[in-house]
This record gives sequence, C-alpha cells and structure tokens, in this order.
Amino acid sequence: MPAVRFDRVTKTYAGGGVRALDGVSFDIERGEFFGLLGPNGAGKTTLISVLAGLTRASSGRVAVMGHDVVDDFAAARLALGIVPQELVFDPFFSVREALRIQSGYFGVRGDKKANDAWIDELLANLGLADKADANLRQLSGGMKRRVLVAQALVHRPPVIVLDEPTAGVDVELRQTLWHFIARLNRSGHTVLLTTHYLEEAEALCGRIAMLKQGRVVALDRTSALLSGMASTMLRFKTDQPLPPAVVPLARVTGRIVQLKAHDAAEVERLLAALRQAEVRVEDLEIGRADLEDVFLETMGSER
Amino acid sequence: MSRFAGTGTLFYKEILRFWKVGFQTVAAPVLTAVLYLVIFGHVLSNRVQVFEGVGYTSFLVPGLVMMSVLQNAFANSSSSLIQSKITGNLVFLLVTPLTHWAWYAAYVGASMLRGLMVGLGVFAVTVWFAPFQMAQPLWALAFALLGAALLGSLGLIAGLWAEKFDQLAAFQNFVIVPMTFLSGVFYSVHSLPDTWRAVSHLNPFFYMIDGFRRGFFGASDVSPWTSLAVVGTSFAVVAALTLRLLRSGYKLRS
Repeated sequence: MPAVRFDRVTKTYAGGGVRALDGVSFDIERGEFFGLLGPNGAGKTTLISVLAGLTRASSGRVAVMGHDVVDDFAAARLALGIVPQELVFDPFFSVREALRIQSGYFGVRGDKKANDAWIDELLANLGLADKADANLRQLSGGMKRRVLVAQALVHRPPVIVLDEPTAGVDVELRQTLWHFIARLNRSGHTVLLTTHYLEEAEALCGRIAMLKQGRVVALDRTSALLSGMASTMLRFKTDQPLPPAVVPLARVTGRIVQLKAHDAAEVERLLAALRQAEVRVEDLEIGRADLEDVFLETMGSER
Repeated sequence: MSRFAGTGTLFYKEILRFWKVGFQTVAAPVLTAVLYLVIFGHVLSNRVQVFEGVGYTSFLVPGLVMMSVLQNAFANSSSSLIQSKITGNLVFLLVTPLTHWAWYAAYVGASMLRGLMVGLGVFAVTVWFAPFQMAQPLWALAFALLGAALLGSLGLIAGLWAEKFDQLAAFQNFVIVPMTFLSGVFYSVHSLPDTWRAVSHLNPFFYMIDGFRRGFFGASDVSPWTSLAVVGTSFAVVAALTLRLLRSGYKLRS
C-alpha cells in the first residue's frame, strides 16, 4: 500500500470549464521524499488541495495510507500533515496555544504531557522555543512559516505535504527547515514537496513528478530524469549575437548563455560554430545538466 | 484518541477567542443593554403599563436580557467563521478529521455560552433597577437555551454564506436586529394595532422573548406551549439546514 495514491484524478472548476487536473495518476511510496514540480497554474496546489480535502475532485480517487480522502476522510486526515502555501495564522493566539489547539483538533489533547513534550521538541527543532508565548501577530514572516510547519506536524502524521514552504524565506530558515524535514524523512516519514527552487528538489527528492496544464508530463527518479537529459551543459558569457545554428539550442539569461550537448563531439561542434562566427566568450564552463535544464526541456517539449 | 476531544478543543478555542476580547464581546453588549434600560425606562416608566401590576422597567428587563442573548449568540458564530474564512486560517480546521456534527456542536455551544454570559451580565446589572420576580424560572431557562441555540445556528449559516464583512453586517442589521427589535422587547404586542399584531405573530423572535418573559412574570402574550412549539420547530429546521450546509462543505470546500 503506497503512502499516497492519486488515481485518475480530474478537477474541473464549475462555470469556467477550466480543467485544473486532467487524469493525474501516480503513487508515492512510504518513506519517499517526493517532489511535485510545475509552472504556476500547472495544478500542483489543486492536487494538494484534493489530497487535503480542501477541494473535491470531479472524478478519480485519492488515498492516504490506504484511506480514501472522501469516504474515509477522518483516517486520511489523521495520516496527513499539510503546510499550506499561504502565510495564514490565527491572531487571537500565542504559538503554544495555536499548537495545542491544532493537536486537540486531531484528538491528541488527552495525553497532555506527551503532547506538550512533542510541542516543545517541535519548537526547539524549528527555532521557535523563545517565541512559544509570543502572539502570532508579533512574529516575522519567516517565524510564522515555521509555526505553519509545526502545526502540520503536531499530530505526528506519517505523511507530510509541504506546498512551497520556502517561498520568500531567508537562507537560515531554509537550512533549518530542510535539516528538520530530512531528519523526519530518514525516520520514516513520507514527504511530498512542491517548490519553485529546483536546486532544493534536486538535492532532496528521490523521485519527481512534473505537472503541466493539469497533466503529469514527467515522472521518474531524480537521477533518471537528469541522466535522460542532454548530460552536458556549456555555460559562458557573451555580449555578441549567437550564430543561427546555435540559437535553437541556447538558453539565454542576460549575458549568460547555456548550450546543451549530448557528448564531447557535440561540445566540440558547438565551440567550433562559436569560433567560426567569431563570438567572443568569457568564463566558459562545461558542466552537467541540472534539474532546471530538465524542467525547462520538459515544459518546452510538451507544448 | 478520544472521539470527542476534537469537538472539545474547537469548543474551547471558540470560548478562548471571544474571552480574549471580552470587553468587546461581553462587557460592551452589557453596557448597551443597560443604556437601553436607563433611557427607555426613564422616558416610558410612567406612561406604559403592560401587565397588571408590572412596572415598565420590570417588563423591560427580561426583554433586554433575551435580546442580548440572541444577538450575541448570533454574533459569536457568524463573526468567528467569517474572520477565519477571510484571514484564511480556517484551513487549520478544514484539514482536521472533525465531522460536521463536531463543527456544529462546538460553534453553536460556544455561541450559546457567550449569549448566556452576556444575558446573565445584563440581568445582574439591570435587576437592581426594578423589583425582581421569577415566577416560572424553567420557562426562562428553556427559552434562553433554545433561543441561543437557534441564533448560534443562524450565525453559522450567515458566516458560511457571507464572503465579506459587509454581507455579514447586512444580514445582522437588516434581518437580525429588526426581528429582535420588532419582537416585543420594548412593548407588548397587545398594544399594537391588529395588523401589526398579526405580523408580529409571524416573527419567531416574538415567541422567544414572550416565552422567556413568561418565566419572570407568569404572564405572556401567547401560551408558552405555543411559543415552545414555534421556537422548537424553528430550531429544528435551522439546525437541520446548518448541518446540511456543513456536511456539503458549502462555501468551505471548492
């Protein structure tokens, strides 16, 4: 039984007829660190909302640890911890009150001592110990983000979903967060992550699914996605126009040019083309393709 | 895991929410009701005789108590829900295993508690302004509980329906306030012309106030059993509708 199963999930919003999800099917195995990538509007948040029970699928089924998220919603939600994308908080409460209340919703209030110990552990691990009695209104954006993570974990769910958890947060929080989440993953928790920071997904996720216009357009181990891609990248800076033969292969960001090549012979051909066109290159590097290259190629080729 | 711990936590959280702003949610409505009593009691005490042997200020006290119970029960569930919807923190509740029954019990229970607390506060202050009598206290208790539950449920419906504060204010100012003011808080419907008396009898708030007042004076405009039947039926209908909306995820889950 997988930790999460999406089975032919579709979602069409009433009125507009927009198909946000179009037959999404894949499993996330227990203990996996799984990445869900895609451009804005690809359907990532809709898919997570269906998983969390915030949105109802038009058709198809979703299960968490074998529990259907509609027919057996209580068991499914007990197994799931969601860190929402929006920075939301209840302004009436302190950090500790918010965490106690959240754990109480899941019925763990009874064992108060053990629950308080877990809350203290969460606060310590997320660098919130000195903010425990502060009102949530008084916290910075980064601190509020940490509280969201703690709230998602407070009922000790085996499956953790992080929807863009590091959007707009500083490097220190990112490090703290990933250190903690990676530790939870090593101890057996399943993690589903959506992020715009592709280097994070490459470093953390064992497997990745890419969504585009509500459909899965790539699904594989991160290493397989990278090796299936043109494996070499030429990177350099130039102020001059590229020769026409090279332009279709190039990704240009300001002065920085990236050219993909499958092998050494192709690298030589590209360099020869540049030399022949008398393009003056600076800071030339030859490296491996990264997840950003895979992402751009996948999104581009699936038009 | 206790089956009811989640419901208990939501109930506790709802109480904590209004208690943390107690000046606004409890003390201010008490003061408003006392001002009504002082002003209307002063102006009308020598001009209006409602029940035999009952002064106008004495007549006014239970009406003001019940009006406060009803308005605050409504305000609690409706404002809590819409604040959570608009600020987005309702997501913390939506991802929990709590059932629609749990939501209903917790929100309405906390609304009843706030309504009854404000009502007791109004009673504790206003009782010093007029001779006190409590002829049939069980009627007063029954109508206070049923009325608070009914308005707490209506508040939930309004909070679910409204998408902005303006819509909720409209519901409160154009439905709840006129219905409470025109229910006989400040007068007996027997003093009204026939047409308006008949219209008053279509207002369920009239039966709540009249039944509650019965507990104080042992006299009322209509039989307390009739009032109980009207209020009880209204509550059953509104509660069933609220539960149905919660179960369907109306304006909660897309």
